[in-house]
Amino acid sequence: MSAVENGIGASVTRKEDQRFITGNGNYLDDINKAGQAYGHFLRSPYAHAKIKNIDLTAARAAPGVIDIFVGADMAADEVGGLICGWGISSKDGSPHVAPPHPCLAMGSVKHVGDQVAFVVAESVQEAKDAAELIEVDYEELPSVTDVRKAGVAGAAQVHDEAPGNQCYDWEIGDKEAVDAAFANAHHVTKMDLINNRLAPNPMEPRAALGEYDRGTGEYTLYTTSQNPHVARLILSAFVNIAPEHKLRVIAPDVGGGFGSKIFVYAEETTTIWASKKVGRPIKWTADRSEAFMTDAHGRDHATHAEMAFDADGHILGFRVATKANMGAYLSTFASAVPTYLYATLLNGQYKMPCIYAEVQALFTNTTPVDAYRGAGRPEATYVVERMMERAARDMNMDPTDLRMKNFIAPDAYPYETPVIMTYDSGDYPQTLNLAKNMISYDGFQARKAESASRGKLRGIGSAAYIEACGIAPSAAVGSLGAGVGLWESAEVRFNPTGSVTVFTGSHSHGQGHETTFAQLIADKLGVPFDNVEVVHGDTTKVPFGMGTYGSRSLAVGGSAIVKAADKIVEKAKKIAAHLMEASADDIEHAHGVFSVAGTDKQLTIGEIAFAAYVPHNYPEDLEPGLAENAFYDPLNFTFPAGTHIAEVEIDPATGVVEVVDWAAADDFGNVINPMIVEGQVHGGVAQGIGQALLEGVVYDDDSGQLLTGSYMDYCMPRADDLPNFKVEATNTPCPSNPLGVKGCGEAGAIAAPAALMNAITDALGKEIDMPATPEKVWRAAQSA
Amino acid sequence: MYSFEYERPSGIDAAAAAHGEDDKFLAGGMSFLPTLKLRLAQVDKLVDLGGIDELKGITVTGDTVTIGAMTTHGTVAASEDVKKAIPALAAMAANIGDAQVRNRGTIGGSIANADPAACYPSSLVALGATVHTNKRSISADDFFVDLFETALEEGELVTKVSFPIPEKAAYAKFPNPASRFAMVGVFVAKISGGARVAVTGAGSSVFRQSEMEAALSSNFSSDAIANIKTPADDLNSDIHASADYRAHLITVMAQRAVDAAS
Repeated sequence: MSAVENGIGASVTRKEDQRFITGNGNYLDDINKAGQAYGHFLRSPYAHAKIKNIDLTAARAAPGVIDIFVGADMAADEVGGLICGWGISSKDGSPHVAPPHPCLAMGSVKHVGDQVAFVVAESVQEAKDAAELIEVDYEELPSVTDVRKAGVAGAAQVHDEAPGNQCYDWEIGDKEAVDAAFANAHHVTKMDLINNRLAPNPMEPRAALGEYDRGTGEYTLYTTSQNPHVARLILSAFVNIAPEHKLRVIAPDVGGGFGSKIFVYAEETTTIWASKKVGRPIKWTADRSEAFMTDAHGRDHATHAEMAFDADGHILGFRVATKANMGAYLSTFASAVPTYLYATLLNGQYKMPCIYAEVQALFTNTTPVDAYRGAGRPEATYVVERMMERAARDMNMDPTDLRMKNFIAPDAYPYETPVIMTYDSGDYPQTLNLAKNMISYDGFQARKAESASRGKLRGIGSAAYIEACGIAPSAAVGSLGAGVGLWESAEVRFNPTGSVTVFTGSHSHGQGHETTFAQLIADKLGVPFDNVEVVHGDTTKVPFGMGTYGSRSLAVGGSAIVKAADKIVEKAKKIAAHLMEASADDIEHAHGVFSVAGTDKQLTIGEIAFAAYVPHNYPEDLEPGLAENAFYDPLNFTFPAGTHIAEVEIDPATGVVEVVDWAAADDFGNVINPMIVEGQVHGGVAQGIGQALLEGVVYDDDSGQLLTGSYMDYCMPRADDLPNFKVEATNTPCPSNPLGVKGCGEAGAIAAPAALMNAITDALGKEIDMPATPEKVWRAAQSA
Repeated sequence: MYSFEYERPSGIDAAAAAHGEDDKFLAGGMSFLPTLKLRLAQVDKLVDLGGIDELKGITVTGDTVTIGAMTTHGTVAASEDVKKAIPALAAMAANIGDAQVRNRGTIGGSIANADPAACYPSSLVALGATVHTNKRSISADDFFVDLFETALEEGELVTKVSFPIPEKAAYAKFPNPASRFAMVGVFVAKISGGARVAVTGAGSSVFRQSEMEAALSSNFSSDAIANIKTPADDLNSDIHASADYRAHLITVMAQRAVDAAS
């Protein structure tokens, strides 16, 4: 428990929930401006087509229409296309191919839902009515949507700039060493695995409200962003909307993101640009159909993997070849996901002497693919952990024994993997053993027999996952091609009366920053929890920050807050020394109380803050005021890890899979708010179960039409699809940040798909791909 | 949504009179309103039947349960009279959509829409119900014609549905995991002198499985139909289930319904 009330380690209920659950949140669509107009996008009905002509005549004459824009209008204004912010080089050293990504189509459309025109009208209905009057002369072209077909000779070409649809062909690791390891292998396990494409489905759809002030020449963009400063930087420096100091980006309460709101999209860009053109604020809010078509999707890998073992079951080498679907355009960080966020985690929790991975990224006529909860790491864990389970079955070993045999030892840190990561801390045997105890692993055979007596197939499966979070040391990611640094900023500002406002460059879209960060201040500075306000999401209010993704907010953003708080303490000590007529060296500090060593003299931080703002009795050489900012650049990634074990029961008559038990044993390092962390695990596991059992974006192979364009066909996990989760934690503190924290936001989504598929394939005695739909499972059960 | 006129009459005759060409009766709107919102449908006028009290309510007399067309699924599910007379019908209604849908959606709206994956049509056909309209009475067998197509004529509106009370009955539904509509739903009824089996979700419209009916008429047990396969030729096939799988599920769900019948 924490040393102070509501401090570090306390399961404080979330202060933001009061407004969220009483309908008082301030989401994008809640914001309205005087004179506001409404935008609507006309979208491509085709997966791939040439635009021969666009006739706006009838649409312009429609009631309520203010203006209509097409690609040429943005080009004429020299407003650029969208960019990818991470450069990946192919094996031959050539840079990745990034074809033009216009906000509004320039002569062709590349996926269903691609933006063709932007109608601005007095109402949404009038904008939609007018859009139906736009006459577009399309010449439909052949399309390709399946990543396994995109690189095949004769496949439809998405971009002239990308022959063979290749974006890059990248490699990592030591091919020769791996070849040699396989030559000496006692056993080799091989698998082909599909990681299914997912639609992110945050509860709040994307939206934008753009406003231009003719008096000051300033733009304000309200947008559903996870990283408003990054959006401002890209819109300013690369898209040419306005200079940075003339562009304010505000991301208010944002209803979920899961990665999909990291990116700079065409719609938000077009909306802010057009607001100056029409001289009125413009609001655009996606409907759910648009979200399915245009929110960057996740995953979509096709992988062949081979793992070599010696006679004792020790891993000798790992060989992986992955085709990664980029979609029709390269999204903001798309290139990094299947490379440095994926292949660098293929080492898993194991001693792997050598690894060689090749990743070919391919364009298709589909929605762009980018980071989605876990981003690369779920794909890596899925490959590693399906392989480990399969290898154990091949070698007639218990899969948990095979893992235990190959784990990196708890005393082996720091541990350098063959794929450039240096793991900093962990205890993998501990989390595996904990998970086994939680689910009564040893009693499984009896439960299986009992299920069999009822005609049911029971299976158990594990996933020992690792992730790299707290992204990331700026110099390191810079050397790997990132176009940005990945530090974080904070300001801790005392008000004269002793309350505190914390400004963070990270962004909460459901994570609970307002609570967790207030706990940090309560703990570090002794300020009552309720007297701390956390401000985020406004480029004018907070210092430049990098935002929230990759489970980085606490490890990087929280560390910046701690650094700023430390500066506060240093300054407060000098003020306290002056006020108490002592030497600063003799001032001791604990939780906001400053005392003179060896005396009973003490002052609280509140008294010191007041003295700093009313400096009538104050050190001559010290600036008044008590506010400090800090920028924190992490020293390393953090490496949360753990084991999840799933248990399922399958009805072979129907193929229905029931998830009957779930054990999650996670090592997140130190934990600030255990309740919030447990909630993150629940949500992550739910999404992982969704991927394994229910979700999957499907395109028609011939036409490229999106077949899963609504909740009638895209299956989200519901409460009754899920078991009660058993969640427990271990703790090996992270040595590289001042809080010792690792990050918890993505773990569930990373661990769950592999654990669940391992349980299902255990029950079936047969390998199948995700999602394990009833028909797929039924067919496997018939032939098992 | 395209703009349209809206009228809410308080009587059946007024409703029929208000309904013109390209108009639509609104009987809950749980399917039709989303269709309107997605601009997949356009009407000149919606004639809302929600204000007509005589279309609401449940009566049980002797061997018949009669349900007014504007009675919600939630009302049917909660009705002690229905639970007692035809528990399978109450249980089926209790499992349609979600709580919001059950509190707005109606039996009349469901059957007039004739969604091939709706639950209600199977209960009407299996129980041998009669659909009463403002013009005539139509047997359930004749009412459902094809995909979203019924015997209703332009401007004809359902007023009530009367169900003969069976000896026992049950409905077994295999939901589409995404929409939770019936991917295959089988309603089985044991009636005097035989059995009726109606399948929804699997074909273009609800249909009777006559081979199963014959088998169950002589032996009302799940074993009697275990080996009866439904030809897959005319069944639906989509990203959720192939026709073969649906054909298989018909037998499984029919068996489960027989076992559960009460």
